[in-house]
This record gives sequence, structure tokens and C-alpha cells, in this order.
Amino acid sequence: MKKNTYLMKGNEAIAEGAIRAGCKAFFGYPITPQTEIAAYMSNKMRESGGVYLQAESEISAINMVLGAAATGTRVMTSSSSPGISLKTETISYIAASDLPCVIVDVQRAGPGLGGIQPSQADYFQVVKALGHGDFYCLVYAPSGVGEAVEIIHKAFDKANQYRMPVIVLADGILGQMMEPVCFDDEVKQDKLVEKNWATSGHQEKRPPNIVNSLILNVNSLEQKIVDRFKKYEEIKLNEIMVEEYLIDDAEIVIIAYGSTARIAKTAVDSMRADGEKIGVLRPISLWPFPDNKIEEISKKVKNILVVEMSMGQMILDVKAVVQGRCPVDFCGRTGGNVPTPTEIIDKVSSIKKED
Amino acid sequence: MKTVFEKTKGLTDAITHYCPGCTHGISHRIVGEVLEEFEVLGKTVGIASVGCSVMSYDYFNVDMIQAPHGRAPAVATGVKRVLPDNIVFTYQGDGDLAAIGTGEVVHAAARGENITVIFINNGTYGMTGGQMAPTTLLSQVTQTTPKGRDKHNDGFPIRVCEMLSTLEGVVYAERTALDSPKGVMQTKRAVKKAFKSQIEKKGFSIVEILSTCPTNWGLTAVESLKWVEKEMTEYYPLGVYKDKTDKGVF
Repeated sequence: MKKNTYLMKGNEAIAEGAIRAGCKAFFGYPITPQTEIAAYMSNKMRESGGVYLQAESEISAINMVLGAAATGTRVMTSSSSPGISLKTETISYIAASDLPCVIVDVQRAGPGLGGIQPSQADYFQVVKALGHGDFYCLVYAPSGVGEAVEIIHKAFDKANQYRMPVIVLADGILGQMMEPVCFDDEVKQDKLVEKNWATSGHQEKRPPNIVNSLILNVNSLEQKIVDRFKKYEEIKLNEIMVEEYLIDDAEIVIIAYGSTARIAKTAVDSMRADGEKIGVLRPISLWPFPDNKIEEISKKVKNILVVEMSMGQMILDVKAVVQGRCPVDFCGRTGGNVPTPTEIIDKVSSIKKED
Repeated sequence: MKTVFEKTKGLTDAITHYCPGCTHGISHRIVGEVLEEFEVLGKTVGIASVGCSVMSYDYFNVDMIQAPHGRAPAVATGVKRVLPDNIVFTYQGDGDLAAIGTGEVVHAAARGENITVIFINNGTYGMTGGQMAPTTLLSQVTQTTPKGRDKHNDGFPIRVCEMLSTLEGVVYAERTALDSPKGVMQTKRAVKKAFKSQIEKKGFSIVEILSTCPTNWGLTAVESLKWVEKEMTEYYPLGVYKDKTDKGVF
């Protein structure tokens, strides 16, 4: 099939990628820096015969997602940090009702209204607790526009395979920057599995389907959650994604995700030119987290350096895996500031001096 | 032998959990009968809300979704937008619709969302044990208004049909009361008209049904019916507040 290359903004490419992944409904609400996703959808989703609707709130948008997901339709919403906070109640309901959907979070700086510049300070919220109760969402963090397009397609496939919400965690840099991205000339439609659980009308041919998260019997609710966690174990076995960059001989490994990983790679290229044995491990799936890979690295390197656009959130997961086998240092900026390659290089130098 | 009465196919055989004297059962039966009479049970999706009627997902013989508190009209919108030929209704109490879910119902109505809302107004939060609702009458005693609802502290009860009928997207809005056999028959006519307007894709329809809650009102079943008739209908007059079913809203 013929492919064409387009220069696209991250947000628009994510939207186009979603439509090409068979997304048939988008419910959104404006918030910087993700609004281009909704704007693109309002045009292209309608053109492609799907549903686009601007809801009256983030809360309504995610509840419209719940309704459309319950019918078995491929559906998504997108937002940025404060808007994601509003959606969390219903994300919990969606997870508890075992419904598939895709949610894009183009992170901005918090807390509160914070600022509109890029951030990775929603890691705790998205990875650990996107709502009340015992549950997880699959979380992917692409680091470029092209990868975001691949990831959004994967997100729909995995949401449907596992019947759960999948989060694509981007940030203001990825959402706003333009990069070349390849699309096939034709949109090929995936063959979708039959969803015998969907609430789309029983046609008097089967008993009613019920999409529900209320289970008042404590033992039944516990069993339901335990069963869901068995699914999570399967996901941990099969869905971990990382990128390894020059880590085979590395004595220092930087762990970073999303846009920050690209800055780390620039720093690494510069340090490699000076003979430094340093590399980058980039988690692409944040949940499930690449525990085994990080454990393996921690056994053979001198230092691990975690770089984030926050005061240090993912670093807690890294430390939990490393368990003191090697020092774990942190380099980060927050509030919408972006760490520079120079700041990373300076941090590496200071680590080496301490050694 | 000739069959003169049958339970509607619109309801399952599940035994409801409602208290003695509660009129939820009558509302359920009316909705079930109407869906059966229109022969749309097979393509209907119902949205249960949070409150006493949450478990209605077990009682209606149609595909059901249980929505977060107040969000049923948004969930219904999601269903209806992707399945425009299906019949979609919400079944919501006054706490759900007129307090936590005010935004959702107003905007679904403003969009002219082609859904039907069955709104049960009994002036209290039943499931949590009888606290003040947005529809609790002035001076009405509840668990959280022990000396009666005081307008200076608690504000005024909301008249939902009157409020929604100002919105262009609403094709049909009627308030009825389940206080008598006559009221039951009128409620059925209203529910039928609401669903008919949805089948004909004419816009947003709502039937507000004044209902009883003997348990939380501290009244007998019969006293409760009288209370609806005497106290509730005075503040919440019965009648049709909007009817554009001849032309539709668009």
C-alpha cells in the first residue's frame, strides 16, 4: 500500500491515527494544550461518518465515552491534566464495568490550574490511581509524533483485547510540535471482534446485557476484582514496551519517558562523543512498568539517573525495583520548564565526581 | 380461558427491592408496558442512575447501563449518538437529576438529544436514608433538615419541568403524579407520548413523576399518596409544560 509522509502537529496526528484505528466516536471539551485533537476530530471524524460531540464538561465527555463504549463502539476522549482529574470518577466506573476506551492526556503543569506548558507531573495520577478503587489502566507514553500514531492504534487494539481503558500519556511538547508522519493512502478497517457483552439492544434474541459496576456482596466484589487482577498479570507478561538506547556497554543509564527521553538522548549523544559510556532506557508502557529490564540494568551499571518533567514521580517506581543495588539520582524541572541536555550532562558530571 | 391481564414483558421476573408503598414499581411497570406496546424492547437501552433506582438494571427487560451519579443523560447521549435508531431512556431520581446531575440533564435537553428522561421526584434522597433533595419542599423535615427546609439556609426547591421547558431542545415535558388511579393512567399517557416523540426523532422528552417515599417521609402508604396530592402538587403543579410533538424541535 502506498504511504505518504505528512508534516503534522502531534495532537492532529493522534486524532488522524485514532480515526484510522477505527475510532468511530469522539467526545471532547476544550483545554490547552490538547484542543487541536478535538478541533481535528470535529472536522475529520464527521467527514469519516463518525460521531463528534463537544460535551458541556470533561465529566460529561467521559460519560458519553462510557455510553458509546458500552455499545461496543471504538470511542475516545482527550484532555489535559485538570480535565483528566475531572474524568477520574468515570474512568473508575469504566474500568469497573470492563469497558474498552482510549483516553489521551496531553499533560500540562499543575497542581491546580497550574500552567499550559509541558509537564510530566501526572505520572502518579495516571499510572497509580486514575480514580477510586483497585484498578489499573494500560498507560503508553510515546515520545514522537510518528510513534504516537502507532501507539494510538495499539491503544484501541489493547483496550478491546483486554476490555479496559487505555491511556496515551503525552505532554505539551508532543502535542504541539510538528514532525513528519507516515500514513497509508487508504484507511484500512480492522476486523473487530464480536462484543457479545455490548448493550446495543437484545433484539429479543438473548437475555438483557447489563453494564454495571455495583456489586454489593463483598465476596462477589472481591472475586470480580481478583479476576481483573489476573488479567493485569497477563498484561504485565505481554504488554511491557521499552526502547533501549546505547545501554549494552553503559556504566550510567538514564531512565526517562516521553519528550524527556529525547532530550536525554541528545545529552547521551553528546557525552558518547566524549567517550562516556552512557545510554537511555525509555519505558514506553508506564503501566505495566518495565520492572525486569530495570532490575537487570541495576545489576550491571554504576549509576541510574532518572529524568522527568516533575519533582520526581517515576523515580519511586525505579527505586522500588533497584532496591539499593546502585545509586538512583534525579534530574528534573517542573512548572512547565523543560530540562536541557546541558542540565543532564552537568548532573552526570556531578554524579561522577561523587563516585 | 381468556387472559384479561398479564405482567408486561418490559419487566424481568426479578423481585424489586423497593419499600412497601413506594411508587417506583408503578413507574417501572408503566415504562415496561409502553416499551412493550411500541414493540421496541429489543432495541432499547436503559440507563440506571444512582439512588434507589440504581438496581433498575435488573428490573427492565432491556439492555441496561448503570451510570455514575447524575451522569445518566451524558451516558444516554453516548449511546444514542452511536446508535441513533435505538430507543434510549434514563431513569433518574431527584437527587441524581436535579442536584449532582443538573448540568448533564440541562445540556442533553439543550442539545435536543433524542432521548427520554423518566424523572422520579419524591422530594428526598431515598437510598441514603432521607436527606434533603433539591426538590424537598420548604418546611419539609428530612434527616438533614431536622427543623424543616429553611429557605434562608437551604434555598428553594427546583421545578425541573418548568426550567427545562424553556430550552429549545425539549420537545415534550409533562409532570404527573402517582397519587391515584387517575394519576397512574395520566402518567402512562405522558410516558407514551414521550417515547413516541423519541421514536419519531423529535427531540428531548421528559416526564417528571411525583412519587412517594413512605419510609423516609415517616408516613403510611395511604398518607403518602395524600401528601403527594395535597403538598407536592401545590408547589409542583401537574400538567404539560412543553409540547412540540407535532413538528419536533429541529
